Amino acid sequence: MSGGPDPILAVERLAVTFDTPRGSVRAVDGVDLSVREGEILGLVGESGSGKSVTLRGIVRLLRANAAVAGRVLWKGADLLAASPERLQAVRGREIAMIFQEPMTALNPVLSIGTQIEESLVAHTTLDDAGRKRRAAELLDLVGIASAKVRLAAYPHEFSGGMRQRAMIAIALAAQPRLLLADEPTTALDVTIQDQILKLLLGLCQDLGMAMILVTHDLGVVAETCDRVSVMYAGRVVESGPVEALFRHPRHAYTHALLRSMPHGGAARQPLVPIPGQPPRLDRPVEGCPFAPRCQLVEDRCRTVAPPFEPVGPAHAAACWASDRLAMAEGTA
Amino acid sequence: MSAAHRPAELLEVQGLSKRFALQRSLGDVVLRREARVVRAVEEVSLQVARGETLGIVGESGCGKSTLARCLVRLYEPDAGTVRFEGQDALALQGDARRAFNRRVQMVFQDPYGSLNPRLRVGEALAEALRVHRIVPDGDVGARVDALLDLVHLPRDAAGRYPHEFSGGQRQRIGIARALAVEPSVIIADEPVSALDVSVQAQIVNLFLELQERLGLALVFITHDLRLVRHVSHRLAVMYLGRIVETGPTERVFAAPRHPYTQALVAAVPAVEPGRRSRQAAVRGELPSPLSPPPGCPFHPRCPLAQDVCRRDLPALRERSGDWPVACHFA
Repeated sequence: MSGGPDPILAVERLAVTFDTPRGSVRAVDGVDLSVREGEILGLVGESGSGKSVTLRGIVRLLRANAAVAGRVLWKGADLLAASPERLQAVRGREIAMIFQEPMTALNPVLSIGTQIEESLVAHTTLDDAGRKRRAAELLDLVGIASAKVRLAAYPHEFSGGMRQRAMIAIALAAQPRLLLADEPTTALDVTIQDQILKLLLGLCQDLGMAMILVTHDLGVVAETCDRVSVMYAGRVVESGPVEALFRHPRHAYTHALLRSMPHGGAARQPLVPIPGQPPRLDRPVEGCPFAPRCQLVEDRCRTVAPPFEPVGPAHAAACWASDRLAMAEGTA
Repeated sequence: MSAAHRPAELLEVQGLSKRFALQRSLGDVVLRREARVVRAVEEVSLQVARGETLGIVGESGCGKSTLARCLVRLYEPDAGTVRFEGQDALALQGDARRAFNRRVQMVFQDPYGSLNPRLRVGEALAEALRVHRIVPDGDVGARVDALLDLVHLPRDAAGRYPHEFSGGQRQRIGIARALAVEPSVIIADEPVSALDVSVQAQIVNLFLELQERLGLALVFITHDLRLVRHVSHRLAVMYLGRIVETGPTERVFAAPRHPYTQALVAAVPAVEPGRRSRQAAVRGELPSPLSPPPGCPFHPRCPLAQDVCRRDLPALRERSGDWPVACHFA
């Protein structure tokens, strides 16, 4: 993987601070990410870990009270330094986004067909007839039966899963190279979530599109992604190929999170929880932010932030206990 | 599962149904149509014994929350019986009804919505103890401390308000509030769905521990199959208001018989890399409970569906000596 092609997206030291009446909140604190052509990257973390803010920061879809620092290199050029015109040209066309709750992202008073065509008007040179044809193709592509008829439907006539399909169709209208997906299946039932994830995976493979999939569910990552970055308290604490990271986690948080998940196994086994609560982001953290909840904590964890260092092929972690985890895995 | 092997049932439900009439729309009035009816729960039967956990799983609209509310009589069922310790719980009045309410407690998904924001935690617990005269007035303070210990909250929590706690801590308060009145049965409706994974595990373990210590019967309602496996002895799978399969959790997971259960188990994303597939577990959408399909409610999505499935509703019964399944082909 390390000798692979250059990434199409490289996020470097991204930091997002929100200025609030109760002081400033550092939601994203120096995040590095990279995505290659056609690759699916999972961005996983619990609530407040900064995963959604990171995703929105990439295309600068943040509230006015957000201060953004760092670099977002899209095909080599920094989006954070780009002119509004350039940013507008990238957003929606080269990089598209889908959200958790499609009902709030779709316009309730416009038909699905009109909304897909709006996207086609903005991003393609198709004529009216071409757009109508393309809109039907897109609905068909995302698995909505009798697509031509459904173009006339309004969002409220669709179920949650179909709305998410419609939103994906709108996002695909411009044939983006990268899809940013913010918890796209969290609000859906498990059998519908399964359909949407399989759809996204198939679309990425067929269209050669890359995707960043934000989720809190490690199972979703395992079944969908090539690589994964784990976030905690606004930082990426571990990053690597899905297989390596799940089988041999090298950050104490990843390790604990994997153990806390209900695994098949025997019925009525107690789970292994992570004690305590995620930290507050409105005060600076000294050392490792996970230290107060960590079972492997040592003295330096509380004072010195561990560096984000390579621990294997394309696999890196920021944990002082990384070597101990590797040895424990080896003997287990 | 046969009756001979089971301890006395604490809670026994037979043929429970609950329907909701929707308000007639203007169009209905003009066209003189009847108000439409949602069949939320249809002919559900189940049993829970002391010290046992029954997991109820299903997707949205399957009726699992309506069922929960019927069990504690927050809703009055339209048909069927609920027996608690052999007594007809639906006929209870006055003091007997209050006693039933005390013995069968509910824990909700959103503890913040079920706690009075103006009452300190200690006051909320003390109120429950006093209303049901659980302990003499002089012992209330000590009992509050004991309850906080039981759910692993610090004793100084008694002096604080619900908003001062995190989601996981609030759910502990909700559980302490339910336990204050010394119930025999707890009906928990999605009790950990609003919590982060690492905190979910804390609450699940608390349920396991409390059940062991207090011998509670627990009805654990959730959409999360991974979770239900960790808490329940037995499992009931609901689809469109009906139980389609019910049996020992481990055996149902190992070899689900109903095509819907099979799809549900296959659709859960496994925390296991290297199983990536583009094939979805089941096609189609969840049908609306307003207009359930004729015959087997799952037939429009079922890969095995035949003519008989489109015509006849399969009964929930034991087929080839295992556990009850409602499928013509199980």
